[in-house]
Amino acid sequence: MLWEAFKLALLSVRRNVLRSILTLLGIVIGVGAVIAMVTIGNGTTQRVTEDLSKLGSNLLIVQPGRNTFGPGGAGQENRSFDDRTLAKLRAELTGVRAIAPSATRAATLIYGALNFATTVTGTDSEFFAAQDWSFAQGRPFTDGEVKSGSAVCIIGKSVEDALFTPDSGLGKRMRVGTISCDVIGVLASKGQGAFGNDQDNTVVMPLRTYQRRLAGNTRIPTIYISAATAEDIPAVTASTEQILREVRRVGPDKDDTFTVRDMSQIISTMTSTSTLLTGLLSAVAGVSLLVGGIGIMNIMLVSVTERTREIGIRLAIGALERQVLTQFLVEALVLALLGGVIGIMLGLALAGAAGYFLAIPFAPSLSIIVLAFLFSGAIGLGFGFFPARRAARLDPIEALRHE
Amino acid sequence: MTKLQPFIAFEKVQKIYGEGAGRVKALAGVDLAIERGEFLAIMGPSGSGKSTAMNILGCLDKPTAGRYLFGGADVTALSRDQRALLRRNFLGFVFQGYNLLARTTAVENIELPLVYRGTPRHERHERAIEALRLVGLEGREHHTPAQLSGGQQQRVAIARAIVTDPLVLLADEPTGNLDTARSHEIMELLTRLNDERGLTIIMVTHEPDMAAFAHRTIRFLDGHIESEHRREAA
Ligand SMILES: Nc1ncnc2c1ncn2[C@@H]1O[C@H](COP(=O)(O)OP(=O)(O)O)[C@@H](O)[C@H]1O
Ligand SMILES: [Mg+2]
Repeated sequence: MLWEAFKLALLSVRRNVLRSILTLLGIVIGVGAVIAMVTIGNGTTQRVTEDLSKLGSNLLIVQPGRNTFGPGGAGQENRSFDDRTLAKLRAELTGVRAIAPSATRAATLIYGALNFATTVTGTDSEFFAAQDWSFAQGRPFTDGEVKSGSAVCIIGKSVEDALFTPDSGLGKRMRVGTISCDVIGVLASKGQGAFGNDQDNTVVMPLRTYQRRLAGNTRIPTIYISAATAEDIPAVTASTEQILREVRRVGPDKDDTFTVRDMSQIISTMTSTSTLLTGLLSAVAGVSLLVGGIGIMNIMLVSVTERTREIGIRLAIGALERQVLTQFLVEALVLALLGGVIGIMLGLALAGAAGYFLAIPFAPSLSIIVLAFLFSGAIGLGFGFFPARRAARLDPIEALRHE
Repeated sequence: MTKLQPFIAFEKVQKIYGEGAGRVKALAGVDLAIERGEFLAIMGPSGSGKSTAMNILGCLDKPTAGRYLFGGADVTALSRDQRALLRRNFLGFVFQGYNLLARTTAVENIELPLVYRGTPRHERHERAIEALRLVGLEGREHHTPAQLSGGQQQRVAIARAIVTDPLVLLADEPTGNLDTARSHEIMELLTRLNDERGLTIIMVTHEPDMAAFAHRTIRFLDGHIESEHRREAA
């Protein structure tokens, strides 16, 4: 009987292909949106995770101020770090691979007739270890260059491509903002960063050079600490916090005046923003699904009216209420599942296309696909019930008289 | 007259439609007894209550008052599904307008009552083919109603009605849409089913020619049985 109902349902869908497809649009769009969203979301998370880990392994980012990205507000509380802080960290921290100060600003590079906008970072040689940079050409700074603040710099691949093509940038002298400096190294390419930024568009110079000749101060806004292993992260975080409280004279009952973040925190922050977005889009998808469900209810009611005579015949020759109910429920179910399947395929295709253009990995989630399939079935049953019951309760005599 | 329990009996059956000013007494206390194996014709002017009586006989409707006994059992108070089971197991219907499912082949139409009985597919098909042969339509298994003439469609409808081996066949103006020659063929088929299978047949007709095939003819007028006529044994 169920099989018969299923066959009949397919037949009925086939007889009204265009109508069925139009009816299913709501479910197709709803399911498609959910699937596309979740798949793209998964891909983005994967991508962000990969990219952030490219920034450096087991990396801790130490910044003044509390729980903020970027520099905090003005005032004593949020003042930058200084050489003393860095020295103390270097002297006392254990279980670390590298500790690097970092100060950055935008600057324009000029070489010959060409100019190029980039970001300049002032730091020292440990920076390259902390952020997992390797050298395509040349060398890192010597201790001497760092101490004396020499006018030397190391450039990223994009900078080399923009200013020095087809030559190598190594050994050239270019202007960085108001100073000129010699290129002593070229970094190997890292590609796009977590925020869609070009990580290779960068110039690195000794911190002292940066402070004296570009910034005009001795601040260190950020310190990168690379823990030796992932297991060291909690201990390193704890000792860093303790040392900083000491150096910055934070009273025992006061909050930290700095923030130590590791990548997993940053990843979860980014994922939580995308959870918010997902929630919003889910609401849109929910509305589409509701519209889809009402569409199914509507078309089933139309179908029941159109087929009143047929229903009368079935009832007259001995179909039970339950059997007629089943027939129409199965039909609504088949319709909705069809919409679900089309929606799933559409959503995956959309996510695939988006992934291709946004360079995001294609990361479909089987559980969401199964869930979407089951959910569209539930919509079919839910919204198909009322029309099916109406069919089942028809009076056979009146149904037979129906034109 | 022996007081044997009749096969089918109406006891003062009333059917009233509507209320107040729109109240219509379609059946006004009808007494009727039908024997097993009988071929009964019901005649009467339009609106005299023939279809109403057929609907109650066919367990499609309930009387407003009175009792309807089927095989000695009172079926007046049965529920919708119980009446559906009764129809499914003991009754077959033939309508004036054939009432076949469109775009569905002859065999599939005939199989339909068996589908609802849960008869296995293979047996269903065999019985449908057999019924089709019985009504003289072998070779038309896969024709849809649109590809069949009126007489052929009515034969398919009769095959569908008898495929379940019912006790009673109810036919409301089965030849109403057919020409004389086709009508006679249908009547000959019904007579044969009545003779050979002992099928009880209750048929509504307007045409005395068709009623002449029946053992007995009753005539309705304004919800009463106005007259009754028994054909002399040939
Ligand atoms: N569903 C109904 N509602 C109201 N009146 C009805 C209904 N069915 C039949 N009637 C009335 O009952 C009477 C008998 O109808 P019916 O049994 O169909 O007559 P016949 O079949 O002999 O032409 C008629 O007056 C008809 O108008
Ligand atoms: Mg009538």
